[in-house]
Amino acid sequence: MTKLKSTLRSALEAAGLTSGMTVSFHHHLRNGDHVLNMVLDEAAAMGIKNLTLQASSIFPVHAPLIGHIQSGVVTGIETAYMSGPVADAISHALLARPVVFRSHGGRAQAIASGRVHIDIAFIAAPCADCAGNLNGLYGPAACGSLGYAFTDARYADCVVAITDHLVPYPAAPASIDETQVDYVVQVPCIGDPGGIVSGTTSVTRDPVGLRIAEYAAQVMASSGLLQEGFSFQTGAGGASLAVTEYLKPLLRARGITAGFGMGGITGAMVDMLENGYVRSLLDVQCFDLRAVASIRDNPAHQEIPALRYAAPIARGSAVDQLSCVVLGATEIDVDFNVNVHTDSSGVILGGSGGHSDTAAGAQLTMIVAPLMRARLPIVVDRVGCISTPGSTVDVLVTQRGIAVHPARRELRDALVAAHLPVYDIHALRDMARRITGTPAVLPHGHRVVGVVEYRDGSLLDQIFALDE
Amino acid sequence: MLRSLLFVPGNSPAMLLNADIHRADGIILDLEDAVAPDQKDAARILVRNAVRTLQYAVQALIIRINPLDTAFCREDLETIVPLRPAFIMPTKVAGEGDIRALDQMLREIERKNGVEEGVTRLLALIETACGIENAYAIARAPRVRALMLGAEDYTADLRAIRSRESGEIAYARSRIVNAARAAGIDAFDTPFTDVNDVDGLLNDAQAARALGFSGKAAISPRHIAGINAAFSPTAAEVRYARQVLDVIEEAQRLGRGAVSLRGKMIDKPIVERARQTLQMAHALNMEVDEL
Repeated sequence: MTKLKSTLRSALEAAGLTSGMTVSFHHHLRNGDHVLNMVLDEAAAMGIKNLTLQASSIFPVHAPLIGHIQSGVVTGIETAYMSGPVADAISHALLARPVVFRSHGGRAQAIASGRVHIDIAFIAAPCADCAGNLNGLYGPAACGSLGYAFTDARYADCVVAITDHLVPYPAAPASIDETQVDYVVQVPCIGDPGGIVSGTTSVTRDPVGLRIAEYAAQVMASSGLLQEGFSFQTGAGGASLAVTEYLKPLLRARGITAGFGMGGITGAMVDMLENGYVRSLLDVQCFDLRAVASIRDNPAHQEIPALRYAAPIARGSAVDQLSCVVLGATEIDVDFNVNVHTDSSGVILGGSGGHSDTAAGAQLTMIVAPLMRARLPIVVDRVGCISTPGSTVDVLVTQRGIAVHPARRELRDALVAAHLPVYDIHALRDMARRITGTPAVLPHGHRVVGVVEYRDGSLLDQIFALDE
Repeated sequence: MLRSLLFVPGNSPAMLLNADIHRADGIILDLEDAVAPDQKDAARILVRNAVRTLQYAVQALIIRINPLDTAFCREDLETIVPLRPAFIMPTKVAGEGDIRALDQMLREIERKNGVEEGVTRLLALIETACGIENAYAIARAPRVRALMLGAEDYTADLRAIRSRESGEIAYARSRIVNAARAAGIDAFDTPFTDVNDVDGLLNDAQAARALGFSGKAAISPRHIAGINAAFSPTAAEVRYARQVLDVIEEAQRLGRGAVSLRGKMIDKPIVERARQTLQMAHALNMEVDEL
């Protein structure tokens, strides 16, 4: 039997795609991904309806999904993150069923536990052989780690690999191997490598972002955690990335080497690895092409599955080993709850990704954000959507001051002793309000368009349609 | 102690909002070069409102105004004098006459606004060959409390070639420092213009400090840390100063005249310098006793 199918249509037919199924996709090609669109276009052409999309993330490039929702091809979406036209359309109540938002770890755990069932997993494979050995390291759309696809491949009833770079058997390494893959189909192009790199992954030059990053590094330095073996994760935002720049001299001055850096991995993290600041990188997705090259060539740069990265399982996952995580926020409230799902108008613009997973696991969870964005204070009385519970957040760092969760008294004392500008979080809110005034609370619509599941599967919050 | 003075464009709300977070000892809100002619009035209003609203946490708030020979100058002063900044910075000051003319204008505006006459102080920006030659007269003119060199306009005026090493402004730098010190006021060095060249900035700032400048202007927040470091005494300097004063005290106690430290004669200028170093260290909250 050959697994190799000559056309996408024949692969879908062989996989037994029928209406009402749950189909999954990974997002390692990010905003350069062609696979989700091409599969849904083909499914629509086959007259398939009522699919539930189990996509690890949805990007602006997936705008054609709107048409498939309108025509009933897709009637449900479960994801960890969405931005762009689809997210806008969801906020305008495009979909009858609420979108289910999970964290990366929560999604992997839901799939592994069987709570979420995938009928067919479609794996965009930058490099594949005819038997279904896959990796993200080679080929025109090389994206590096395939971390989010592992769980889908392992637990889906049927796995279809879609590649534009078919190599002679055996493809090596086999990140996902032939024992998990049912069909392989070759297409002209699975994605645009330019879209893999996100605009948010370059170190900021903005002096405000740099000031925040410097404070963040000083918080790490004063926290007592910056010792041999220290481990960290930074987000992909410019200010988070700048933190690594300030971390380097601190590590050098103390003569210590970080144990591991984790997350979406960027060129900045690769720099730290190559220059001996950190011993290894655990990589669930590559944020730029420098990281892709590194994961291919450097054995200390390891690919890890989403389940190992962030799942809330009793045996533990890598987030539980984190000393410190630096994360962003669209807003944070006086109880330290963080919103990364919606903007100040209530429009969906993101999702948890690994936010709540790393916050729960890390010993020190730091939110970095400017005190104001445009004319709005970053600290609010109550966030529009709780993405990450305040009980898992330790510190907020802004350019004008630092607030520490009241439960972390010893940390607060350490930061004060280090002459850092520590304020009560209410004081930071008021500092911004003195300039912006107090923003009115925006009314929202009545329809629930999204539910936010916490990593353990419990309901964390709901997202409402916009008030039209 | 004003080591670093950060220029902030007066027409940028975002930069004005965060002007005081970069650890500059002073900020210079700019109504002149950073602002296009058709935005002068908007910038003036923005700066006024920013100063009133934000209560900048800096040691010195300075506002750079448009040149005397423009119509904007008077309007700038009308708006700014009531805000009572630490200094107003007139530009292209060529001689004492410019300051006298400004003084007249300020007197009127102070009177009109119920501000005590003569209280508005000036930090004169000298950026022409003529200005450099008249530096001492400018330094002694009414209201002038500090001089600053503006090297870009100055070297254009000279028809000199601007270089990273700045040999072409050595004369101007020395003359400005000498004029300011002779008049008993402060002197500030020109900004270093390559934002990305942090090593170049550090060398430039150290050279300025060595010449006797009190501090240095910056056009980028990324230069502030380097400037502050260059114009702060080092731990070794503070330690030495402490030793000098200890040796002197000991000598006085024992009734000795001449004393030496590390084989060098300690005379009056060395003691004076040691006192200055320790004053600076105290002003910067350096923990002198622990050093």
